[in-house]
Amino acid sequence: MKRETYLNAALLLILLVIPLWAQSADEPFIITLTTRAVIFAIAGVGLNFALGFGGLVSFGHAAFFGIGGYAMGILAYHAQTYTPLMEFPFVIEGTKSMPVIWLTAIITSALVAVGLGALSLRTSGVYFIMITLAFAQMFFFFTISWPTYGGEDGLSIYIRNDFPGLNTMDPIQFYAICYVILLLVLFFVYRAAHSPFGLALSAARQNEDRIQAVGQGPYRLYLTAYVISGAITGLAGALFADLNRFVSPTMFSWQTSGEIMIFVILGGVGRVFGPVAGAALFILLEHQLGGLSEFWHIYLGAILLGVVLFARGGLFGLFAGREVAHD
Amino acid sequence: MSTLLLIEQTLNGLQFGVMLFLMAAGLTLIFGVMGLINLAHGSLYMVGAFAAAAVAAATGSFILALIGSLIAAALAGVIVEMTVIRRLYDRDHLDQVLATFALILIFSEGTRWVFGSFPLFLDKPAWLSGTVMLPFGIEYSLYRLTIIGIGLVVAAGLFWMIARTRIGIQIRAGENDREMIGALGVNISRLYTLVFALGAALAGFAGALIGAIQSVQVGMGEPVLILAFVVIVIGGIGSIKGALVGAILVGLTDTLGRLLLPQVFGLFMEPSAATSVGSSLSSMSIYILMAGVLLFKPSGLFGGGH
Amino acid sequence: MKLKQLILAASMGLAAAAAQAEGVKVGMITTLSGGGAGLGIDVRDGFMLAVKQAGRSDLEVVIEDDQRKPDIAVQLADKMIQSEKVDVLTGIIWSNLAMAVVPAATAQGKFYLSPNAGPSPLAGKGCHPNYFNVAWQNDNLHEAAGGYASDAGHKKAFILAPNYPAGKDALTGFKRFFKGELAGEVYTKLGQTDYAAEIAQIRASDADSVFFFLPGGMGISFLKQYADSGVDLPVVGPAFSFDQGILQAVGAAALGVKNTSQWSKDLGNAANEAFVASFQSEYGRLPSLYASQGFDTANLLMSAMDAADVNDQDAFRAALEAAKFDSVRGDFKFGPNHHPIQTIYVREVIQEGDVFTNKIVAVGLKDHADAYAADCKM
Repeated sequence: MKRETYLNAALLLILLVIPLWAQSADEPFIITLTTRAVIFAIAGVGLNFALGFGGLVSFGHAAFFGIGGYAMGILAYHAQTYTPLMEFPFVIEGTKSMPVIWLTAIITSALVAVGLGALSLRTSGVYFIMITLAFAQMFFFFTISWPTYGGEDGLSIYIRNDFPGLNTMDPIQFYAICYVILLLVLFFVYRAAHSPFGLALSAARQNEDRIQAVGQGPYRLYLTAYVISGAITGLAGALFADLNRFVSPTMFSWQTSGEIMIFVILGGVGRVFGPVAGAALFILLEHQLGGLSEFWHIYLGAILLGVVLFARGGLFGLFAGREVAHD
Repeated sequence: MSTLLLIEQTLNGLQFGVMLFLMAAGLTLIFGVMGLINLAHGSLYMVGAFAAAAVAAATGSFILALIGSLIAAALAGVIVEMTVIRRLYDRDHLDQVLATFALILIFSEGTRWVFGSFPLFLDKPAWLSGTVMLPFGIEYSLYRLTIIGIGLVVAAGLFWMIARTRIGIQIRAGENDREMIGALGVNISRLYTLVFALGAALAGFAGALIGAIQSVQVGMGEPVLILAFVVIVIGGIGSIKGALVGAILVGLTDTLGRLLLPQVFGLFMEPSAATSVGSSLSSMSIYILMAGVLLFKPSGLFGGGH
Repeated sequence: MKLKQLILAASMGLAAAAAQAEGVKVGMITTLSGGGAGLGIDVRDGFMLAVKQAGRSDLEVVIEDDQRKPDIAVQLADKMIQSEKVDVLTGIIWSNLAMAVVPAATAQGKFYLSPNAGPSPLAGKGCHPNYFNVAWQNDNLHEAAGGYASDAGHKKAFILAPNYPAGKDALTGFKRFFKGELAGEVYTKLGQTDYAAEIAQIRASDADSVFFFLPGGMGISFLKQYADSGVDLPVVGPAFSFDQGILQAVGAAALGVKNTSQWSKDLGNAANEAFVASFQSEYGRLPSLYASQGFDTANLLMSAMDAADVNDQDAFRAALEAAKFDSVRGDFKFGPNHHPIQTIYVREVIQEGDVFTNKIVAVGLKDHADAYAADCKM
């Protein structure tokens, strides 16, 4: 436990120092890369809530990532073109305000997660993996052929959305926003995991019969976990769209689901900070290996394979030892 | 719309389904016997197609190309099984997904490294080209008809193998109780390698057959992989019968959906909007089918209640 | 327009830093890995061949792989602008990636020269003084195909394209110049590889010709299956499915098909003959349409460098507009929206020895401009 705490602190410190150094060294791109890592980390923390704490292997979290992205894209697009989003039965205008967009992304993803979760949780095991994948694929093909918001071309937002008092186009200021959100999300997840709900969820994952015996329906526990998980990933999607000033159906692709899953596994399943380490390592690999060779996917594959085969429990398993079962 | 078109489309759906079965059969066997989710199954499909293209280019013989695809994919299967997959059997699904995802990356870029970035040429032989006249005046591609035939023969062979042969008994035993067959003195690790190689060979064979009428290129395996997963989930994982039924169901839904949905929407929408909406919906149709099946039968049509 | 000024203000510091650099630094973002890498490799090779032939010391090119992912492309564009401090961006193959990168790059005061993608928004309302398209507006080749289909006497066409924006633009472009009727209009799934269902619909229709836009592997699959189906209606398409890179994979199935292109390797001008010969000796393969576009892009850029300093944006822009370089397509000039006004030819797929290639058989549209120029205000 203690080593894990040190590791957590070190991670947060690294994510604080790198951008500050990059700022002073006038390397804004390093800041952009770190921002990317932080946003992926948030998405991973979201998935980890369902996957690590609830044991729900969702291979379709791209659905929520994409919904968050499109929440940002659609609102900002309407604000940019001065057209209302909806005129009947009441007028909804687009907006460029980040907090409003985040709230929309969280609520929409959560609502969708309620629907998808209620259906998907009727299955389990591999069937659950595949049904979540199927739902994400539906969103993918729907957005590709939906002409209103650009179809496969996606939507470009020429300038980042506004946050009161900050210039979001300045890389370091946008980074600060993402970093603070990551901290809040981590805090929330940590508290949730240690709340009575989190403990019951953990118990349900380990032994479903036992939790039924004490009168708690695991279905509602799982559904709650799935909804929270989807909402967090949706928030990450909105931030990711703002980072790129662009959304497109690739956010819904099954490769995106796979990548979010990689962040979690690479870092360590079920560790609150696992996805943070996983996302950071993934971005580092992508950036470093890409320069080595045109065929850098081979190296990436080999490294991932090595982690699964020889470093069980991901980075956290490697550096912080096996999980202690006391909490 | 004419009945002829409908019949032709049904044949097309059947052909697509049979091809998916070749992929799905291996996938479902591997899952049923070893409990392994193998995302890299699509890569073996690609290996088969590339091997066939290379052999065809060197020898000019389509039969040799098909044999080459079987050998290459089985060989790739054995190598992967012995070096990587073997270590994954007692891991959870999550580790399997990540490890086989990594294998996809290695296979795809490795293939591109060896064969270059441009699609390869592979064509059906002259004696399978052109069309034949079926009863009722249906003109149909001879090659596609052959694929349907080959697929059904392979399906029958698999059923026979599983029901009648010694290895089939071992496979069935392995699905039911893994420890038991070990106790009975069956060499489990050899059985597993064999099953994996069989699945790989089927996938490679499908890749070669389909490569001849589609394009042989890097990344060709992934779309088929996802479809094959949809198939085995609909059919019930581990069931060969389920894979066959699921494959044909998916093949027909996809093909007929593409034909019928735009026309259905055309009844009450203007034509170009109808084609657009209809084709959007038809590209989602098999996923809707899968979600629908799982809602009523959470472990697929023929899935055993594990 | 307030927004744009804001961005300019934000990037002022960067622009000032770039002003001190000598010569021109070009950032090329293109697809070099994964599916579709063939196109990016051709553009890069064409571009670098021109650079090598010029042998200039004042031109530096940074090349990065976008993996055909829009978010990676955006990230690379940020890197090129923020860290590499490039003056000019180029290289993107796909329209959806261009839409993700180009508006932001031009808004930050960079020049963008498109060697391939030409989405309609960037030609019309979203045009920008710093955006130049050296290839075509997306609709151009389809328009020529429509015009040619009419000229060839086709009255009822069956048309199909994937269900995504470029596919819809393709069918719109074809219909804009096709005078006959449509026997059917079908959108297929993006990435679809089996076309039996569509071919059956073609067979059942009363069409007298087929037009399709199915880039990359989709086109290979369609042609092989079409050739085997017993349907023998004449086929017309844009050059993308008949390009040097993929013709070998299609094989005899493509023989005789008419396709429209602004370039062909048998175009008889000195620049083109030299280009085809030198490309072949440098890389050991025939150049493709994409390679020709990469080659032209580099030569256009270098012609502007000769006339003006890149830091004097107005002068450099004027030099690009003048387009004083020997294009491999013969004459080359830009329209008011910085898209080419060019002749589009009709080619036929032929076999030369073992190699499948194209030869020009007719002129599709002469000095053709795109349909969106009127919407462009700059």
